[in-house]
Amino acid sequence: MELLYNIFIDPFVQMGAMPDFLLQVLWEGFVSGILYALLALGFVLIFKASGVFNFAQGIMVVFSALSLVSLYAAGVPAYIALALAILIMAALAVTIERVVLRHLVNQDDIILFMATIGLSYFLIGFGELIFGGEPKAMITEELGLPTGSTTFDIFDGILILQHIDIAAAVIAAILVAVLAIFFSKTRIGRGLRAVADDHQAALSVGISLNQIWAIVWFASGIVALATGIMWGAKSDVSFALQIVALKALPVLILGGFTSVPGAIVGGLIIGFGEKLFEVYWGGLLGGGVEGWFAYVIALIFLLFRPQGLFGEKIIERV
Amino acid sequence: MSKETKSADNILEVNNIEVIYNHVILVLKGVSLTVPRGGIVSILGANGAGKTTTLKAISNLLNAERGEVTKGTIKFNDDEIQSLTPNELVRRGCIQVMEGRHCFGHLTIEENLLTGAYTRKDGRAAIARDMEKVYEYFPRLKTRRKSLAGYTSGGEQQMCAVGRALMASPSMILLDEPSMGLAPQLVEEIFEIVKNLNIQEGVSFLLAEQNTNIALKYATYGYILENGRVVMDGVAKDLRENEDVKEFYLGVGGEGRKSFRDVKHYKRRKRWLA
Repeated sequence: MELLYNIFIDPFVQMGAMPDFLLQVLWEGFVSGILYALLALGFVLIFKASGVFNFAQGIMVVFSALSLVSLYAAGVPAYIALALAILIMAALAVTIERVVLRHLVNQDDIILFMATIGLSYFLIGFGELIFGGEPKAMITEELGLPTGSTTFDIFDGILILQHIDIAAAVIAAILVAVLAIFFSKTRIGRGLRAVADDHQAALSVGISLNQIWAIVWFASGIVALATGIMWGAKSDVSFALQIVALKALPVLILGGFTSVPGAIVGGLIIGFGEKLFEVYWGGLLGGGVEGWFAYVIALIFLLFRPQGLFGEKIIERV
Repeated sequence: MSKETKSADNILEVNNIEVIYNHVILVLKGVSLTVPRGGIVSILGANGAGKTTTLKAISNLLNAERGEVTKGTIKFNDDEIQSLTPNELVRRGCIQVMEGRHCFGHLTIEENLLTGAYTRKDGRAAIARDMEKVYEYFPRLKTRRKSLAGYTSGGEQQMCAVGRALMASPSMILLDEPSMGLAPQLVEEIFEIVKNLNIQEGVSFLLAEQNTNIALKYATYGYILENGRVVMDGVAKDLRENEDVKEFYLGVGGEGRKSFRDVKHYKRRKRWLA
């Protein structure tokens, strides 16, 4: 009886008793949700265009952020370092396409997946070689990102919003909007969706798969850089981040591997769910539920809706 | 016909090509054919005869299926094209409409047409003009321009696929099995448009068809493929009246003989081209 009370009643009583705290928890959930969404977005872009689950996405986040920080440390002004970091991601995309993807055309998905695992360990080793293994601080202020916080008085309590979190939300929104316009309005964007739909047909109308692949890897490299900056600003930039990146997996299962809106909604659901569950229900299970909650949700989804919330609409003519 | 005039007249020359899939499966065993500039040429034959493979060998889509041209030459506008990417080939004016339409299901009809213009560099105005032209040839596409291609009918998808190829402003279209799965009336409609495109836009066509009847009605010349070999070729009118063709492919007259294999005298034709 007490257990049922603790599960079904007590958390909501607590929420009602301290609405300001609930808001704070929701806000935290929202912020980590956005970061998950950005992470997942990087995976979705590549999966959509080439059917490859890019295991190396997490390390790309670390790699891009480390290039930025290290360039700055080497004396390059912050904004130029940012531009150079973008260029490095472009070079990386072209190199990956040339050296890896091009030679694996027509191979099974699993082989491409293995290639991305190889790639990710290569990048870890290579990254440690040039950047060193120790964690570095993100150059948040130098990039002109706000660092303060604002405190609101509500419900007889307070709500603290970190400015960097607000900036993260805004930047994520802009990034998604730009990508959406790019996909729907431009020639390359159309080509990209065409490739996602039907490889063969895209080839037959003269769309170069190599070019498209390089472009999507670059696009997800930019997304990785944005994620790396935001995540780095909250903690540090270190290789440990790439493990966190695997959180994108449940997000993708929730949202669907091929859907950009799915990645965003999935990310937010996981973000909110995780925080709420940790704070209000976590105590029952001895805490630490944040680590596995997302995966349990993903498992439930796999059982009941394997294509995810927004998975590719299965077009069927009747 | 002398060599010089020959190449000037032909937009496409396929000379004795051999195609192997997966390094082991020999699919084409020496196919030769030519398409005169401004002509409609048809490749006929049953399932598995090698029609699609021939077209894909020309458009270079074979590589994507682990197929490979191991012998022979293919010339488009007098240039050898085996080493070109499909992308480069489309740019030069040779585009394939694949069997089974292959429209981009999650793109609208209009977006599908625009993907056809992917390789073009001559500006939006020219592309918009061609789009209007495609809509003139296929008024039905215009009414459905905002629908997702995946939700349109088979006939509309076939029109979309042909229209999409036209958007590349090609000089030659390789058309694979346009009649597949369509009602006879629609098939007729599509072939009429092919004829109009041929006459008005000067587009040359190489089409692979199982529907021998309609193919020979619209084509000027035909090649009959069996087991990866050309077993017979001739002017469409002659083929239509040929007793064997009638029997094997048009379903009229004769009994007992089932294929060209049973007819000795065609067997060794065209060997001299090797």
